Amino acid sequence: MIEPIRARWHVGRLLRRSPETGSAVRLELEVPTWPGNRAGSYLDVRLTAPDGYQATRSYSLASSGASTRVVLAVENLPGGEVSPFLVHHFAEGEEVEVHGPLGRFFVWIPSAADPAPVQLIAGGSGVVPLFAMASAREREAEGEDFRLLYSVRSPGAVFFAKELDALSRTQVEIVHTRETPPGSSRPPGRLTRDALAAATFPAATGPRVYVCGPTPFVETVARWLVELDHDPVRIRTERFGGGRS
Amino acid sequence: MGVVNSGFGGGPRAGDPRLPPGQTLAEDWPVLTAGPTPDLDESEWSFTITTEGGIEHRWDWAALLEVGVEDIVTDIHCVTHWSKLDMPWRGVPVERLFEGVETAYDHVMVESYGEYTTNLALDDLFDEQAWIATEAEGEPLIPEHGGPARLLVPHLYFWKSAKWVRGMRMLRADEPGFWEQNGYHIRGDPWLEERYW
Repeated sequence: MIEPIRARWHVGRLLRRSPETGSAVRLELEVPTWPGNRAGSYLDVRLTAPDGYQATRSYSLASSGASTRVVLAVENLPGGEVSPFLVHHFAEGEEVEVHGPLGRFFVWIPSAADPAPVQLIAGGSGVVPLFAMASAREREAEGEDFRLLYSVRSPGAVFFAKELDALSRTQVEIVHTRETPPGSSRPPGRLTRDALAAATFPAATGPRVYVCGPTPFVETVARWLVELDHDPVRIRTERFGGGRS
Repeated sequence: MGVVNSGFGGGPRAGDPRLPPGQTLAEDWPVLTAGPTPDLDESEWSFTITTEGGIEHRWDWAALLEVGVEDIVTDIHCVTHWSKLDMPWRGVPVERLFEGVETAYDHVMVESYGEYTTNLALDDLFDEQAWIATEAEGEPLIPEHGGPARLLVPHLYFWKSAKWVRGMRMLRADEPGFWEQNGYHIRGDPWLEERYW
């Protein structure tokens, strides 16, 4: 039994911001009191305006482990309230309040007593918590087989492109839905059930499956997985979208 | 705490007094689920209350509707910081289902198709506080939102309003359900911001 890490409020400072994709930014925060976090968990970010008005949103963590360095990758949602500030205005050196770590279900814990392979399936920015899991797996010499299937609009919209390319313990397959890289032999197109079956661990191997992305993507993929005989209780999902962020 | 984000504040303001602390108005209806959406139609659905003596009180779809469906207009609040206001629902009051149930216990574990559970006190289920909901916004509940039927307990964070609800098991003492074991608060009052533990 691994003890949960208690969530509480912390103050973080933005160390570095860098473009992640055309519409998303990577934020590296130093949170001196951060207790560490499991791969796949998230935190709440609370912004306070000069007049005292506050707004809070949840963001998946791209980082995991014992570090006080916390990494987010935030997509700008036009018309949103918190994400436009984080993407455009949040300045290096500025402080922010965060609450966490949160989420004890959509997480991968190394050395758990389950040797079955782990299948990660991401849609768009839903790759963030799954990237954290693949990175955590990368730090372990021994462990389950990992695969990541990542559906994304175009090569320029890929989060953590360099880091995904460098993974040696996770087999990565990227499906481009609108625009493919130069020289690609495959035309762009949405993921299909057959393509999903071909690019993922078969149900017979009893994988644990983590699916994260926009709601229609997760609904469709989870339904296909069940149709392909995956055990529904082995499929963990996390959805976003709908609400403005 | 004193942290102020000086560049923040130009966005749309929620400002409605019906919004609990830390909540933002949602324009549509986000979906949050721990796993796949169960494929379940009304003919397969039933709801069972199981007492401490092992007695089962069961309603199939037609029997549920016969108990009496009422209209509800209510605000709902999700722990992930969105709320919806003045949302129309239809459902059967939970206390009506307990009219013939003999129990000395004060808590239930709510169980769903798809293995989800959540814990509730009878004090949070009776007196026009909770319903087995069959419709929302004038339409039958779609599977993504818990159809054919979900629990509706709008005065608590919405994870308590279990989708695809299949029954309640009487508990002698409160114990944590699925999300409550995974970090969410044992009761979840949005006005007290009982989000996490």
